Amino acid sequence: MANTPLTPGVVSGRLGSEAYRDNFADKAPPLTAHEAAIAADRCYFCHEAPCVTACPTTIDIPLFIREIATGAPRAAARTIFDQNILGGMCARVCPTEQLCEEACVREVAEGKPVEIGRLQRYATDTLMGEGGHPYTRAAPTGKRIAVVGAGPAGLACAHRLAMKGHEVALFDARPKAGGLNEYGIAAYKTVDGYAQAEVDWLMGIGGITAHNGKALGRDISLDGLKGEYDAVFLAIGLGGVNALRAEGEEKSHVQDAVDFIAELRQAEDLSTIAVGRNVVVIGGGMTAVDAAVQSKLLGAENVTIVYRRGRDAMSASEEEQHLASSKGVRIVTGAAPLRILGEGAVEAVEFAYTRETEAGLELTDETFKIRADQVFKAIGQQLEGAPEGLELSGRKIAVTGPGRTSLPGIWAGGDCAAGGDDLTVTAVAEGRDAAEDIHATLMGEG
Amino acid sequence: MADLRNDFVGIKSPNPFWLASAPPTDKEYNVRRAFEAGWGGVVWKTLGEDGAPVVNVNGPRYGVVYGADRRVLGLNNIELITDRPLEVNLREIKAVKRDYPDRALVVSLMVPCTEEAWKAILARVEETGADGVELNFGCPHGMSERGMGSAVGQVPEYIEMVTRWCKANTRMPVIVKLTPNITDIRLASRAAHKGGADAVSLINTVNSITAVDLDLMCPEPTIDGKGTHGGYCGPAVKPIALNMVAEIARDPQTRGLPISGIGGVTTWKDAAEFMALGAGNVQVCTAVMTYGFRIVQEMISGLGDWMDRKGFSTLSDFTGMAVPNVTDWQYLNLNYVTKAQIDQAACIKCGRCYAACEDTSHQAIEMTPDRQFVVKDEECVACNLCVDVCPVEGCITMRRLAPGEVDPRTGKPVPAEYGNWTTHPNNPGSCAAE
Repeated sequence: MANTPLTPGVVSGRLGSEAYRDNFADKAPPLTAHEAAIAADRCYFCHEAPCVTACPTTIDIPLFIREIATGAPRAAARTIFDQNILGGMCARVCPTEQLCEEACVREVAEGKPVEIGRLQRYATDTLMGEGGHPYTRAAPTGKRIAVVGAGPAGLACAHRLAMKGHEVALFDARPKAGGLNEYGIAAYKTVDGYAQAEVDWLMGIGGITAHNGKALGRDISLDGLKGEYDAVFLAIGLGGVNALRAEGEEKSHVQDAVDFIAELRQAEDLSTIAVGRNVVVIGGGMTAVDAAVQSKLLGAENVTIVYRRGRDAMSASEEEQHLASSKGVRIVTGAAPLRILGEGAVEAVEFAYTRETEAGLELTDETFKIRADQVFKAIGQQLEGAPEGLELSGRKIAVTGPGRTSLPGIWAGGDCAAGGDDLTVTAVAEGRDAAEDIHATLMGEG
Repeated sequence: MADLRNDFVGIKSPNPFWLASAPPTDKEYNVRRAFEAGWGGVVWKTLGEDGAPVVNVNGPRYGVVYGADRRVLGLNNIELITDRPLEVNLREIKAVKRDYPDRALVVSLMVPCTEEAWKAILARVEETGADGVELNFGCPHGMSERGMGSAVGQVPEYIEMVTRWCKANTRMPVIVKLTPNITDIRLASRAAHKGGADAVSLINTVNSITAVDLDLMCPEPTIDGKGTHGGYCGPAVKPIALNMVAEIARDPQTRGLPISGIGGVTTWKDAAEFMALGAGNVQVCTAVMTYGFRIVQEMISGLGDWMDRKGFSTLSDFTGMAVPNVTDWQYLNLNYVTKAQIDQAACIKCGRCYAACEDTSHQAIEMTPDRQFVVKDEECVACNLCVDVCPVEGCITMRRLAPGEVDPRTGKPVPAEYGNWTTHPNNPGSCAAE
């Protein structure tokens, strides 16, 4: 007998096949040519535009929008890719309402910014849809560079290095390249296998050899890479997950949200993914929202996000919070988990309300329970397996300037490097800038 | 990527986008920044004869016509030629040309109608190393009251005379800039051609009053309660300019005379249109006065992208390509019969096509009680107005009737062969042709 949202426990197949398809369809469908023309027409072509300043990759936004407006979307895509080779994914996943669109003068004037993200997708989809690759490589330099981690930072770095004429070996611990684009973003933001299609398109420049399933510290070592390559770029991301430090964390059906999202992204058939009737997600970032919303879309009856601080402290953007609310996810703020309750498997979570004090966040005596047959931990990731000898800053790899680590010949960028804000677009900028610095350093030596 | 390099009467520039003689090219500071932004060339703002410089008004110089969302569609100005000393301009021109040898630097000139005056200034300009001169026979305000600018451009004999003087007194290429404030542009271009001009450039600005302040009862821009006509430019004048460029390009008497196209060029597409109609390059002003120098980057990338898609590798591959298709009305094919058709799936049922056709055209659209709009082929004369007013691109299209198909409006089959007015039975003159 088929399951429904009311079936107790953690089960798969709560919905009919049509519901899965509808629920996981494109979150923001692409603009038509007519819509793009109207959206582009609203851009004022500002001088030293605030949107460009707000973009971590400094895309010339007024220029690409003008190129769309004048019927040259391919030229617009080139303008985007010149700065951000993953401009297609960023158009889908960037929190534009906190970056370019927040800075748009029409947001200030009218509360309605130019739809920069959707226009960027229009341009990049147009060019990528034509096949082929728009960049060519410089003459071979004879230099070989290892890039460790094929997420946004690693891909951006590898592409820029290949363009400069270097040979790049791109390693990744997972079976597929793409990093969080492939394993860590909600499915409805990147439909139709876009992450892999983008990787394939990016690799179209040539000169990049992918070595998937090769983990640093397991299959390859930094010392080994240093010996074999002229430079190394580390973009290994944050492999570890922060612990909840609540009693009963070991009970079954208490999982890391990132694992759930990865499993979901790799699933051929969403009806095989098991989800609880009552789901509790602990955390306040994009990962928490992605896990909560997708639980709901898989047919969970009740999904609650619980975050220990106030709403304005959540790192998930306001739009993400709205999205969660609109899908029926309840967001409880100002409460932290005390213990996970249940015999073997989780049955409920007990929370205490919190209070902000000068000394920090304190638990109050007031507690409450939420029924749960599945709990997702989404309270942040941490660097795991950083090679010996690298200086750290806090819990990440210390870098100066464009990703230089404490060791000569070793650069780092993306989430594993200190600084930045753990956004895809920031990782792209760091990868690109490190590539420029590696190039300058290697060629300066020659 | 297509090669955008331009050779206009021997003056070379990395792209066909020049800044027109106007406020943006009045001084070294601007021109350097324009070149840094990527402009292929500039025509330096018009220099006058040595001595006390002209003066400008100290109130507003510009009037504007807006489209929706305050989009600048047209701009008019009452600014005169440069109001800076000749010496200063010449010194700056020399310095800029020295630092940007790969860019085109043409100097616009306007001095009184005597050979000595022209001879004197040409010698001074030659010393700067500038690539050429442009004779300003177009400025329609202020200077024309003093017998210069359009006062010369409106008299073909003067155009020819001054052009001849200039050709006799300089080795530099001479471009003659024409005013549109005439009845037949060909008379002006023929005069320039006869005088030996290397090229013509057009259009200069159009006599205009952009608006009237109904409180002050005065034209805008208003100077202490009075106004005067200014020179109109920007996207609004482009259709006028395109026609004048085409008229010259297809005039047998001036065939092959190089043309620099001016008038409302705002995007790469505008430039491509001017060039398709025979312009060897284009000059831009209002667009940079609205958006700044950086728009040239869109023009470069957009034109290159279009040329790549079309398979054009150089500018000359498409320059003048549309000229043979500009003809007189009498040669249009009257056996080309089309009918409007409305895509019901795309229609948003606004009814604008119906209002336009029912009230002002041929009552060829039927409106049903449930707001379906259907073309009545027996009434449709294919005027295209419904297509023009429809807000949905591609919703209404024109379908050509195949030869032999009966036109429901006339009840006659569409002839297969071309047939124009010159041979039409209704033409009283057609018998004479037989």
